[in-house]
Amino acid sequence: MSVLVYTESEQGKFKKTAFEVASYAKAVADQMGTTVTAITVNAGDSSELGNYGVDKVLNVNNSDLDKFNANAYASAITQAAQQEGAKVVVLSSSADSKYLAPIVAIGLDAGYASNVVEAPSSTSPFTVKRTAFTNKAFNMTTIDTDTKVVGVSQNSFGLVESNGTVSSEDFSPSIPSISVTVQSVDKATDKVSIADAEVVVSGGRGLKGPENWGMVEELAEVLGAATACSKPVSDLGWRPHSEHVGQTGKPVASNLYIAIGISGAIQHLAGINASKIKVVINTDPEAPFFKAADYGVVGDAFEVVPTLIEKLKAFKAQNA
Amino acid sequence: MKILVCISHVPDTTSKINFTDGDTKFDTTGVQFVINPNDEFGLTRAMWFKEKQGAQVTVVNVGGPETEPTLRKALAIGADQAIRVNTQAKDGYQVAKEIANVVKDGAFDIVIAGRESIDYNGGMVPGMIAALTNANFVTNCINLEVDGTNATAMREIDGGKETVATSLPLVIGGQKGLVEESDLRIPNMRGIMMARKKPLSVVEPINAAAETNSVKFEKPAPKGAVTLVAPDNLDELINLLHNEAKAI
Repeated sequence: MSVLVYTESEQGKFKKTAFEVASYAKAVADQMGTTVTAITVNAGDSSELGNYGVDKVLNVNNSDLDKFNANAYASAITQAAQQEGAKVVVLSSSADSKYLAPIVAIGLDAGYASNVVEAPSSTSPFTVKRTAFTNKAFNMTTIDTDTKVVGVSQNSFGLVESNGTVSSEDFSPSIPSISVTVQSVDKATDKVSIADAEVVVSGGRGLKGPENWGMVEELAEVLGAATACSKPVSDLGWRPHSEHVGQTGKPVASNLYIAIGISGAIQHLAGINASKIKVVINTDPEAPFFKAADYGVVGDAFEVVPTLIEKLKAFKAQNA
Repeated sequence: MKILVCISHVPDTTSKINFTDGDTKFDTTGVQFVINPNDEFGLTRAMWFKEKQGAQVTVVNVGGPETEPTLRKALAIGADQAIRVNTQAKDGYQVAKEIANVVKDGAFDIVIAGRESIDYNGGMVPGMIAALTNANFVTNCINLEVDGTNATAMREIDGGKETVATSLPLVIGGQKGLVEESDLRIPNMRGIMMARKKPLSVVEPINAAAETNSVKFEKPAPKGAVTLVAPDNLDELINLLHNEAKAI
């Protein structure tokens, strides 16, 4: 009855969230007095998982799974959980994991709690703290089924290293026929995605027009950050709506969020509230964002941002 | 083509979030309820299928009589009929089970639900309906085209998007992009008058049991005051971000 964790990889390398969910699974396993089994799909070398508390890895290597398919991946995870007799299945909050989690839950007759931010406060009843109302509140929820599926919110639990050795086995689940086939993927490989980013630089209507995004992109480049925007900016078509963050856009849970020319409407703040450190740059000292931010600069973005870029370049050069 | 659009009845995005009864219940005092925005994008796309491809559009909600104004609004926007499953929604699984039953009874070709509701953010109802009804499933869907029994959908992935080919029956987890914000419709007087005459049937639940239980709510700890840095002293901002916040 181990804890099963799905550790995601991309092109043979684990995503950072894989180590976070492994750390979470380890905390749950310690509370329940059991071990952690990870399942990987076409991940290559999985020994690194031992540094985050994984005892055993089930490696699935199957070229039919080179492209993500929610049903097929969910089926592999479900079969792994059944083989291991897992009572808890831990998943991340990536787009793919959120896609397959409900399917795994139905497959295992398991209750599912998403957006979980802490290790269970109790394992009997199994009680977790999750965000609700788009980060405006937390919800303590019990999962009352025999098997539980937990989706861990990104950057909430963090990485916990532990020394251990990991044993690995090949695992060959039966794969259902694929009825949703990927035809094309359009993904900027040279840019950091909002979901994976440690730092997000976001622009609002205060930037006056799409032609002024050069400095946002440059600041993002200096910080290795993803770029994002407020809802009005995406509605106006200045930026693609894949960059829209907020209540009806993408959620952000980065370590650092820098808002430039964003006033901070309640819907925007809800979407970015899970970020740890928030910085706002705005000409209007009354902008609501200043009440939500950790650090603020009252000033003209067109003067502040270029200066900040120069100073950060110097700082990075010094601390490289 | 028969489309079922799942409508969650949620507090308006500007609502103040408070709790009552020892922080166990959402405080609805003074709160205006609306169609869940992710569902509204799906409903608007369904209207497009109705107008261009002759689809028949049914909306469904699992909830008490208090959710009927939200269903009437969906009818005023243009849905043909509404179903309310007469039970209080306790968790996403219970809602998905009740809706899966409606799907089986109505032989729907496409079910569209928001990728998540903006209140509980469970993000499980569309995927569970798909799994319970053995339908194909695409979530975070930002484009959907249907040709006969074939469908092409676009899904947002982390850092980009992908295009998938699939077939009906199909469950969609909808969001902005399925239609644009500017495509959303405000019901006009004629729509509102017509909505009063459209069928809203109340069906009794199959009494699916919930699998999770909300015990208590908490509000985030109040935020400390912002530290202001003068625009001509950005070295200080870098210093604070590096040494105090440890964010760079």
